Amino acid sequence: MTVHIASTVHVGRHGDASDGAFAEAVGGRLSRVDGPAKITGAAKYAVEQQLEGLAYAVLVESTIASGKVRAIDTKAAEAAPGVLQVLTPDTIISLRTAADWFGTPPPDKPYCPLARDITFSGQHVAAVVAETFEQAVAAAALVKVSYDETPAIVDLSDVKAGDGIPIDAMTKEWGDAQGAFASAPVRICAAYNTPREYQAPIEPHGLIARWEGDKLTVWEPSQWLDGMARTYAEWFGVPFENVRLVSPYIGGGFGSKALALSHGAVAACAARMLGRPVRLVMTRPQTFTGYGGRAATRQTVTIGADAQGKIQSIVHRGINETSMDGMWVEPLGSVISIMYATPNFSSRQNVVRVNSVVPGAMRAPGENPSAFGIESAIDELAYEVGIDPLEIRLRNYAEQDPHAKKAWSTRQLREAFAAGAERFGWARRSPEPRSIRDGNQLIGWGVAAGTYPVRRAYGEAIVRILADGSVEVESSSIDMGQGTYTILAQTAAETVGVRADDVVVKLGDSRFPRAGVTGGSRLAGVMTGAVYKAATSALDQLIGLAISDPRSPFYALQANTLVVANGRIASPRGDGPDVSIAELLKSVGRDHIEATGDTMPANSTPEDRYKNYTTIAMSVPHTEGDYSRHSWCAHFIEVRVDEDFGTVRVSRVVSALDSGRLYNPKLAESQWKGGIIMGIGQALLEEGIVDRRHGRVVNNNLADYLVPTNADIPDIEVISVGIPDPHSSVLGGKGVGELAIVGVAPAIANAVFHATGKRIRDLPITLEKLI
Amino acid sequence: MRDLSYFRASSVDAARQAAALPGAMLLAGGTTLIDLAKCGVAEPETLVDIAHLKGLDSIEVDERGATIGALARMSHVADHADIKSRFPAVSEALWQAASAQIRNMATIGGNLMQRTRCPYFRDPANFPACNKREPGSGCSAIGGVTRGHAVLGTSEACIAMYPGDLAVALVAFDAIVHLGERQIPVDDFFLLPGTTPDREHAIEPGEMITAIEIPGSAAARRSTYLKIRDRQSYEFAAASAAVGIEFEPDGRTIRDLCVALGGVATKPWRARTVEDALKGKALEPETVRSASLLAVEGAVDHGANHYKIELAPRVVARAILKLGETA
Ligand SMILES: Cc1cc2nc3c(=O)[nH]c(=O)nc-3n(C[C@H](O)[C@H](O)[C@H](O)COP(=O)(O)OP(=O)(O)OC[C@H]3O[C@@H](n4cnc5c(N)ncnc54)[C@H](O)[C@@H]3O)c2cc1C
Ligand code: SF4
Repeated sequence: MTVHIASTVHVGRHGDASDGAFAEAVGGRLSRVDGPAKITGAAKYAVEQQLEGLAYAVLVESTIASGKVRAIDTKAAEAAPGVLQVLTPDTIISLRTAADWFGTPPPDKPYCPLARDITFSGQHVAAVVAETFEQAVAAAALVKVSYDETPAIVDLSDVKAGDGIPIDAMTKEWGDAQGAFASAPVRICAAYNTPREYQAPIEPHGLIARWEGDKLTVWEPSQWLDGMARTYAEWFGVPFENVRLVSPYIGGGFGSKALALSHGAVAACAARMLGRPVRLVMTRPQTFTGYGGRAATRQTVTIGADAQGKIQSIVHRGINETSMDGMWVEPLGSVISIMYATPNFSSRQNVVRVNSVVPGAMRAPGENPSAFGIESAIDELAYEVGIDPLEIRLRNYAEQDPHAKKAWSTRQLREAFAAGAERFGWARRSPEPRSIRDGNQLIGWGVAAGTYPVRRAYGEAIVRILADGSVEVESSSIDMGQGTYTILAQTAAETVGVRADDVVVKLGDSRFPRAGVTGGSRLAGVMTGAVYKAATSALDQLIGLAISDPRSPFYALQANTLVVANGRIASPRGDGPDVSIAELLKSVGRDHIEATGDTMPANSTPEDRYKNYTTIAMSVPHTEGDYSRHSWCAHFIEVRVDEDFGTVRVSRVVSALDSGRLYNPKLAESQWKGGIIMGIGQALLEEGIVDRRHGRVVNNNLADYLVPTNADIPDIEVISVGIPDPHSSVLGGKGVGELAIVGVAPAIANAVFHATGKRIRDLPITLEKLI
Repeated sequence: MRDLSYFRASSVDAARQAAALPGAMLLAGGTTLIDLAKCGVAEPETLVDIAHLKGLDSIEVDERGATIGALARMSHVADHADIKSRFPAVSEALWQAASAQIRNMATIGGNLMQRTRCPYFRDPANFPACNKREPGSGCSAIGGVTRGHAVLGTSEACIAMYPGDLAVALVAFDAIVHLGERQIPVDDFFLLPGTTPDREHAIEPGEMITAIEIPGSAAARRSTYLKIRDRQSYEFAAASAAVGIEFEPDGRTIRDLCVALGGVATKPWRARTVEDALKGKALEPETVRSASLLAVEGAVDHGANHYKIELAPRVVARAILKLGETA
């Protein structure tokens, strides 16, 4: 097999932005600047605001999956102590339907966040508002809802579910896939399933809503302040500017906190009707039905290849579930259409309506299940033709984007395979399944690749240089733990020439300059660009003043430029004065310098700007222009499977990843490891289990919906193999946050096959599937 | 709002008197009780707090056995040097139970009294039918999601699994539950569901667990607790076994054997048929494996929990063989 042995990988500093020699500069390993506040509890999360007159709302949910609400008896609840209000579809104020996240003009009809027509179990049907949380909880239990129940379609395997709705926009075809398959000497065909999975952020969803006249303030964990503010504004028919979203810290989102949801509408209605601020927080069980997790998916992957394992044809069919009245498409053709070179290809996708809440985004929506299909299937092909699973991937390496037929902007996947294989010791692998054991433990090694597109959008930031020489950055973007505060501090510090300690980054307030959604791993690339531009223009102003203001100590020097470093200004040759930024500002009589930067196209109109930040309609396609832009990774995973018990434990992970330039390798590594850990959970543990009679997920809590514990996670080695990608972002980074989960589940399934000889095509790989 | 009164008991007698009143419940570490109150399953009118009572948290171990106060914390018992050396299965069962945080809060008395994790039992709003909660209302689990339900000791009324670990080890070694003066073998303390799944323990209103006594034995000294689950930590057992063994002086022939199963039955399950089949036999893998199959004699599955019938004997066999290796 051909593996590039890149012994420099470890000593070299691929992708860790070799230009960033200092921790505080871009590319440095600065620790999270928000860490101390979070560890000491000083960080105040959205619903922890202490507000005068706060009232508490608790939701009442449907206990059937399909039917109509016949009646809601609120008498007992209304009479309960402390109750201020019981909201039902009949008593709640009417809202307008808001545009979806593409900004598609909505139908002109009212929107009611409490349902009369029930399409899933756990739908919000009423809410109780009381003086205290405990009173609201007790009264909510007294609300009696009666229903006219109709048969539900509980999930994809329901006989009533049917084939679903074809989504033509997902069709990707070239060549003659069926014909080439029919004539291929080697053929494999298999079906791969992934279950409902849940984001399960440790901070549950919730908010505080407060009206002052026609102005609404919402404290709510949010991955998208401007988009959510627009939705609230449209619901209530108030100007966008009247809504302020505040979300300084977020206890995890993983895709689930990007949209204003019905529970938010309920709280904002209650606040409006009561004239008091209202707090509403979902219970953990409610977080399993109040919004959607990852949709369950089914894929069939058919591969035709020659005897050497070179792919001739791929035929792929996918379906994902969506709700009865919402549309969620989990793009299952995303990875399979680009990972390997194939002359003939066909991918189509249907969406099937079931009685569930509308599914939503969860870390790498689309790419994640898509990779489970193709990265399992190519492993099956490797065994079929009898070659090494890594070698088959190299034989089918796509030198350009096979779908867009464009050059990759950068694709360090070969380097990732080489670096990962080297560290893992892949060359020592014995090819036969069940050939390595340690007592009762069957040991298996698996490999799989992953990818995620570089999604690009726009961002704005203000950079201020203050009288004391410190720097302030403001943006309505957010930090949900991924490190925005830190990398923006690094960007501003390096660009202006101060220490990162002297930069204060303020995020999470929609009054600040705007930002699009924090999703699709786009924020870092976008916001470092905006801050870089704002900081550059602030620095230009500062130097301009120093050179040209007669009161400046540099005036006499007649210099055409100056250098700023460590918060001090001096001439490049060091022959003139050397003063602090504070001293300079004082001498020229300024109390601050301020500049705005954005990454929008130069001729953007105010309407463009509004659309850029409040919808995703303006995102730039990753195949725009001459290049196809993606992050890439390769996972090498060892599992130990107990031959009697079927329990699978991951004992080793080496992943090599190409996210382009890393703005902060320490934080990127944490994100990658987090993605890998989540992938381990997906492979082995996570599944929303549905009671088929009730159409209800019954393991709706963190004792029964299992995510990995520390004991499930071995040491994880991550290797950066990226190089700066100028086509992907201003500073050369590609996506980090979602990439690393992609490919973990198939790498584990492939390792399980190598260990046991059993191919598990249904996630999660629980013990009963192996005993 | 549901008002409830809180009573901080000043003595065991005061606690027992208060707990005898209708609607009163003892509160120890609270890790089961508060959880169930939040689910709407437990609806105490009075909480009788015993957590602070003096003298009930001692752990005394000598040749004759161990006496563990009802208020000893799970983590303290698990880490107790003499428990580790004389009753390894007890310590191991506790180490593998719940999480570090819960073990620090939870008491031994409360641990015995923990309730099933049947999801239907825990969600009264969505599943009104549950014979354990509301006698005569039916069983929502039968015909539903049963992956975690029992295959042994079930009845038509209830198939809920007893989820605890410690009690499995206690049943294996013939521990005795002290309810003040009254003493009752732990195997009799746990009741089969039969037609009255709401009655789980042979404890009367106004009674309180004061201590657990575990007789010392050679088998208890050479013992282990093997717990199998999908997640390495912080999950209830898919199947578990507490096993203790004593060999004849030849080091191979089994003189005494104690076996109990967890995660598969409606109560901690003593597997005497396995014990009887192996006593007097030499420890051979094949003999052990085939005898272990007796552990699930009479087991009945409800679909998704079928794997437990396969798994449980393998867990028993592995545990026995593991103890043989250390001979
Ligand atoms: C997420 C989670 C995971 C868990 N995992 C495991 C596991 O893997 N293995 C395991 O074994 N356990 C597990 N547990 C259960 C845990 O061990 C019990 O909750 C704990 O032992 C209960 O002890 P406590 O002191 O907190 O009891 P409490 O909650 O205070 O009381 C529990 C019950 O016992 C009664 N009670 C308490 N003390 C006495 C007494 N002295 N006499 C009579 N009645 C009394 C109370 O009235 C109440 O009904 C888990 C629990 C949780 C929440
Ligand atoms: S198994 Fe027992 S606890 Fe579960 S629903 Fe049925 S009766 Fe209730």
